[in-house]
Amino acid sequence: MKDLYQSQRAMRNMRQAAMQRGVIAILDVGTSKIACLILRFDGPERFRDSDGVGSMAGQSAFRVIGAATTRSRGVRFGEVEAMAETERAIRTAVQAAQKMANVRVDHVIACLGGGMPRSYGLDGQTGVEGTVVTEADIGRVLSACDVPDYGEGREVLHAQPINFSLDHRTGMADPRGQIGNELSCDMHMLTVEAATIRNLLHCINRCDLELAGLASSAYASGISALVEDEQELGAACIDMGGGTTSISIFMRKHMIFADTVRMGGDHVTGDISMGLQVPLAQAERIKTFYGGVIATGMDDREMIDVGGETGDWERDRRSVSRAELIGIIRPRVEEILEEVRMRLDAAGFEHLPSQQIVLTGGASQIPGLDGLASRILGHQVRLGRPLRVQGLPQAATGSAFSAAVGLSLFAAHPQDEWWDFDIPAEKYPARSLRRAVRWFKENW
Amino acid sequence: MQPLTARRPAPTPRRDPAPSRWGYRFQRWMLTPALRRLILVGLPVLAVGGALAAWYAKDANRQMVADAISEARMEFQSREEFMVRVMAVDGADDALVQDIRTVLPVEFPTSSFDLDLEEMRQTVAALPAVADAALRVRPGGVLQVTVEQRQPVAVFRGADGLRLVDAEGVLIAPIPARADRSDLPLITGDGARGTLAEGLTLYDVAGPIRHRMRAVVRMGERRWDVVLDRGQRILLPTETPIRAFERVIALEQAQDLLGRDVSVIDMRNAARPTIRLNEQAVAELRRVNGEEPEAGDE
Repeated sequence: MKDLYQSQRAMRNMRQAAMQRGVIAILDVGTSKIACLILRFDGPERFRDSDGVGSMAGQSAFRVIGAATTRSRGVRFGEVEAMAETERAIRTAVQAAQKMANVRVDHVIACLGGGMPRSYGLDGQTGVEGTVVTEADIGRVLSACDVPDYGEGREVLHAQPINFSLDHRTGMADPRGQIGNELSCDMHMLTVEAATIRNLLHCINRCDLELAGLASSAYASGISALVEDEQELGAACIDMGGGTTSISIFMRKHMIFADTVRMGGDHVTGDISMGLQVPLAQAERIKTFYGGVIATGMDDREMIDVGGETGDWERDRRSVSRAELIGIIRPRVEEILEEVRMRLDAAGFEHLPSQQIVLTGGASQIPGLDGLASRILGHQVRLGRPLRVQGLPQAATGSAFSAAVGLSLFAAHPQDEWWDFDIPAEKYPARSLRRAVRWFKENW
Repeated sequence: MQPLTARRPAPTPRRDPAPSRWGYRFQRWMLTPALRRLILVGLPVLAVGGALAAWYAKDANRQMVADAISEARMEFQSREEFMVRVMAVDGADDALVQDIRTVLPVEFPTSSFDLDLEEMRQTVAALPAVADAALRVRPGGVLQVTVEQRQPVAVFRGADGLRLVDAEGVLIAPIPARADRSDLPLITGDGARGTLAEGLTLYDVAGPIRHRMRAVVRMGERRWDVVLDRGQRILLPTETPIRAFERVIALEQAQDLLGRDVSVIDMRNAARPTIRLNEQAVAELRRVNGEEPEAGDE
């Protein structure tokens, strides 16, 4: 637990340093693509009222000055599989973005798609020292949360206080300054496999970059694809990526649950490749151009040329109807959505007051997906695209970039986490130097 | 015979778009702000500056630059707009104009940049007959000299002859003869030019004997003598000479003093004016008084 505090605080300090320098990079290492955005922080926002742009959750404080995407290599299920390959892919993206921005970046905020995230709900309770709740009380109540045994080889990625209650009142976002006796809090903790983090960190360090923050991609795409009302009233964001489909549930502007289905668009491509006996690249092309999930009579007559690129040009002149293609795609998409449904049910999503579901991510661009999803997931389904941020190129405004955009919002406006509050003194080791310093401060 | 196995070109491996590790580091190094500034600004400035310095280090090149600059300067200064062709003198009589043209030896046409107007002004102002001078180059290439000429108010007789003198006592020009400027009063004596105003006042108050006055003479740099025709002299005191002179005039008007055979009227002691008679008058006076009859007369 001390380790976690130190490493997360080191990252937080790094982030502060990067903000002071004014330039920070966002790295979304996904299964199908690696996106790198370079943000410039120009200090406080400079919009006038007449611009019609409000504070927009802090994202108007930065500007995207460089953006680059490259095909991802060596990543499977959002986890680094071939380190050298991934490192080269990251280098490609970072170099292109740096070239566009014409500035050198040293700090990077990355997001993690894989690593089998697991959500835990924690709660803790403590008495208030004095009459008024202070920051120290919050630190104490957070450290009073009993941490479950989340297993060997896993690490805490997020630990966000989501609810405070003081005596009989609950649902407080910020109890500081309130008067009460008994303070209790609910916390959402997300753990991932430590090896995944370590591998990604190693790749990033090999590129001479320093990690200034780490977030779950489910969380990142949730804060960019969900609008403010949805985050407030409760909604699920389903980021259908290449190798994984991330699920995050938001409520009262906090993420309360996150999970991952280890299936995504790449599996659809693999199915097409196997079903039509074509190379993966061509299968990807066919999926992008002709893909769909709902077949109509028209699709029986629309024939798609599939050359196998086998070198046998005379024989290899096959063609399939679009209905056949849809027949390949649809079961896999249904499977993914069924799996998502199961995860949502396991999380108790049906008990939330609002049942809004937002589909985003690259694989959500299949035509007709919203119709299919509403049959499986429920009626309130929409396709989400990331929030518009200043300076983002048109090519990077698609739904495939919601994690990258969400990560830049996260960089500009991070949420308070567990480690942002001081640990109470009694939790420190007995001979801590800081404890001695504190004793001096209090007694002199 | 052709070989049966087809010789296909070996499939070229797909180009790896990733930069090499060192290429990536080099690019990041080049994006370092200080280095960027050095390369984008420092090196070009250094190169251009070094080339210029090397070129300028040669004597011939320096000479060439200096020549080119002076050439361009000459070219510009000798443009038609800056040429001065005529000198015009205002406010001076012919003799002074001649003098001014003599002391300003300007060869026309010349460029107005070559004229040192202040120095020329001082030269002109240094002429005795000039009270003040102003020079300017008028549009149209005219060097305009405006002088304020000194006005002679008296003739001064010094050791080296007659000279005109202005109200401030400055000698203007010699004149050959007194008759040339008989309209002006004659003043002489050491220190007369310093108290010229007083001397001229004597002329002003002379009134009825103005026509008989020949000169006023400063005696011993402290008092005035008025010299009249027929060798008469009026010796005036150091203090209040005007009053004393007026008394003499009053006497003249009342008793025709100066019409008599008097050679000197001595007013130096105000309490005791003294008259010196001519020799004959003295004898006549004595005869009339019967004091000492002369042998010759009886």
